[in-house]
Amino acid sequence: MISQDYLFLCLGMGLVTYVPRWAPLFALSNRTLPLWLVEWLDLIPAAILSALILPSLVTIGEPRQLSLWNIDLLVAVPVFLFAMRTRSLGGTVVLGMALYWLAGKFLG
Amino acid sequence: MPTPAATTDRRSVLKDGIRASWPVCLGYVPIGLAFGVLAQKAGLSPLAIGLMSVLVFAGSSQFIAVAMLEAGSGIAAIVATVFTVNLRHLLMSSAISVNLKGLRKRWLSLFAYGITDESFALNLVRFREGNWDWKRALTVNHVTNAVWVGSTVIGGLGGAFIPAHAFGIDYALMAMFLCLLVYQLRGSLYVVTGLIAGAVAAVLSLAIPGNSYIVAASVIAATAGLYIRRRYPEIARTKGRDQ
Repeated sequence: MISQDYLFLCLGMGLVTYVPRWAPLFALSNRTLPLWLVEWLDLIPAAILSALILPSLVTIGEPRQLSLWNIDLLVAVPVFLFAMRTRSLGGTVVLGMALYWLAGKFLG
Repeated sequence: MPTPAATTDRRSVLKDGIRASWPVCLGYVPIGLAFGVLAQKAGLSPLAIGLMSVLVFAGSSQFIAVAMLEAGSGIAAIVATVFTVNLRHLLMSSAISVNLKGLRKRWLSLFAYGITDESFALNLVRFREGNWDWKRALTVNHVTNAVWVGSTVIGGLGGAFIPAHAFGIDYALMAMFLCLLVYQLRGSLYVVTGLIAGAVAAVLSLAIPGNSYIVAASVIAATAGLYIRRRYPEIARTKGRDQ
């Protein structure tokens, strides 16, 4: 059974998740943007991916603490180099999983 | 697999979209199962879990919501927290909007539902490579959504019996993000922007709890990158080897 409270919770969560996904798309995709904004948005993917990846590699625990020696980071180095060299998404994912699995077995 | 032009017949759209989605799906399965197990332990039925996954479709928000539910938080507090967690999608939605010019409003509204960290990064790269269109991108959104909803429900039904951490699958999304980041490093300016974002994000993530460091670091780095592009155009002109 789904309680009414739980339904409201999910609807509320859905709304505050959907609006940030929808508003820029709705506002920006049907107009010509100024050059500075286009150039700024062009830099966002590199920035946001880096901002997503790096903290999870160099911090551990909750609250987060700096950690420059952990399996996630150790595996990331060869995986990153492999991606640079081959530019293969599938290969990178498979290699990352294999190395992480091996590292967990032998170092963890 | 370079083809002369993106064909539009339904079969090839579906095939391309599904084929492109597999790294994300691979990563979603263990996380979805783990979420389902956790949510079930917190007292949610598989139906309730599925309802949340369909209405919200945001991994980190759902984990936070279940943790807060267990801690006895109220609806308003959970919704407010989820709102701040998802503000980063403002940036992603803005960046991907450039590729959806002229699309009908109702398709835009449907597309928005499926914008996640993963589908965003994957679709953006595909759009840049060419042979990609909004229908294929929408397929990626919905295939990954279906896998997410399915794995959370299965986790809630009996995910405790599925071995966790098998075959390094926990690392699938990290490896995918690393490769997608490599694709984004298309010249010195992008490398510099990425380095600034990573460094600022790492420092901020140590200083402040939560995940607001993602938005803050991205905005700071892109703004710094734009400044560098205007102030030192010779750096901005240095291209990567694949350009």
